[in-house]
Amino acid sequence: MNIYVLMKRTFDTEEKISINGGQIEEDGAEFIINPYDEYAVEEAIQIRDAHEGEVTVVSVGSEEAGKQLRMALAMGADKAVLINTEDDLKEGDPFTTAKILVQYFKDKEVDLILAGNVAIDGGSGQVGPRVAAMLDIPYVTTITNIDIDGSNVSITRDVEGDSEMIKTSLPVLVTCQQGLNDPRYPSLPGIMKAKKKPLEELELADLDLEEDDVESKTKILDIFLPPDKSAGRILEGDLTHQVQELVSLLRSEAKVI
Amino acid sequence: MGKKVLVLGEIRDGQLRNVSFEAVAAGKKVAQGGEVIGVLIGESVSVLANDLIQYGADRVLTVEDAKLFQYTPDGYSQAFMAVVEQEQPEGIVFGHTALGKDLSPKIAAKLNAGLISDATSVEEEGDTIVFTRPIYSGKAFEKIIGKEELVFVTVRPNNIESLEKDELRSGDIASVSVSITDLRTVIQDVIRKVASGVDLSEAKVIVAGGRGVKSDEGFKPLKKLADVLGGAVGASRGACDAGYCDYSMQIGQTGKVVTPDLYIACGISGAIQHLAGMSNSKVIVAINKDPEANIFNVADYGIVGDLFEVVPMLSEEIKRLKAAQP
Repeated sequence: MNIYVLMKRTFDTEEKISINGGQIEEDGAEFIINPYDEYAVEEAIQIRDAHEGEVTVVSVGSEEAGKQLRMALAMGADKAVLINTEDDLKEGDPFTTAKILVQYFKDKEVDLILAGNVAIDGGSGQVGPRVAAMLDIPYVTTITNIDIDGSNVSITRDVEGDSEMIKTSLPVLVTCQQGLNDPRYPSLPGIMKAKKKPLEELELADLDLEEDDVESKTKILDIFLPPDKSAGRILEGDLTHQVQELVSLLRSEAKVI
Repeated sequence: MGKKVLVLGEIRDGQLRNVSFEAVAAGKKVAQGGEVIGVLIGESVSVLANDLIQYGADRVLTVEDAKLFQYTPDGYSQAFMAVVEQEQPEGIVFGHTALGKDLSPKIAAKLNAGLISDATSVEEEGDTIVFTRPIYSGKAFEKIIGKEELVFVTVRPNNIESLEKDELRSGDIASVSVSITDLRTVIQDVIRKVASGVDLSEAKVIVAGGRGVKSDEGFKPLKKLADVLGGAVGASRGACDAGYCDYSMQIGQTGKVVTPDLYIACGISGAIQHLAGMSNSKVIVAINKDPEANIFNVADYGIVGDLFEVVPMLSEEIKRLKAAQP
């Protein structure tokens, strides 16, 4: 089975965000595999181990994403592909990324594509379904379970807390939701092996794409931080009094009850 | 010149969701004086068309087919694209719900269009419509515009105010016929896990529990408080990881991002991971035994105390108040 994972390098979930010159400050920040993409890598490895085949992890981004691709290889993926847009693109949006990926998949035989359901930085959740739509294959988002039997696929999907049981067939693209699995930590032998695994690097020209073909459809005008909240009020006095005061504040000051 | 804007109405349990009325309000802004057309898709949906009109749509188009009784990306995209082809809109607005998130990228791909997901505000700046959307799980925001004629946006529930309902308002209701071809994904069953009728992402009030709740049993007083306030119950990752509740209740970086009017955090320490999911709530109340807990740094009001003492007292006090001055 030819299994592909769409992976994005993102800020560590615990990082504090600051802005410098209208951009998110990246200096000194820790970067990780987007947490939802980590579920995708783990699931891809488990499916390969159960059904045989090969797992290729693909990332569109900068040179630095190589580090997260090596991490995915250390977890157990077989091959990695970095589509490096650093020199070609100043800005991109989900359309840009999807278009590049679709061009990459054009001459590939694909059985299964896994992606995260959303990236925790940009937060659009568009790339997976866009890629599936452009490749004209079905997709199922926010999955919490997947079983493959021949070309039949049974999926459980999280829909705002409810579960949908879905039947579909290969080829299919799925996006992963928390609860799908517990991603493994790379083992030391895994990390050693990863160094020898292939990491192919491509640029737009290698995919016969020009900058204009993938020009973003949206434009970011400004990035800003939410206004600082002034320190809240810690109520005082005995508990009964505090509760009464809280309720009265919620009604008369905050006007929310 | 105004734009012609399509707004998808989303139906749950036979009712239009609030976010659909909010989407109509957003559609009005995108239209800049142009026409807002509500779109309803399903097996039998025309009875709800007047609701969309009363909340501001100028007219409504329905697409009805037995194959559309449940949402599937293939079925709904065929239905919606039939409307797009007929109307040639210059704007499209969906709610940023499970359905909206799933369907909008497919429609955008089919139209080779840009898509601005999860907008929390829509503003006119001169002739341009500027959207604000959270990034980095709400730790920052961006202002963003579409570069092309067609503006396509999904709006986050609870952020854009719907228009006042006008029962005298009327508009044309027509159907669009489409033959739905094969559906490549088929829903075999739906398992309902969310017990209460109030959806976390649309709830005006959320009472959330953390590790301090200590057990699944410990969520009971929180549920009672939520019921008194007509709200929903949420949880921190810690509480979910500890097995006190289902992951469907999780609020945070992984999990749901919520922006209710009132968020009551009970026994939640306030890890960054959790704050990313709720810190944009309008009013935050923290109840925690530990006066040093990080949650107090984002709270508007804090009570240092045992949640098992405070929460029931709070329920009683609010009940008393509501009985006296509803």
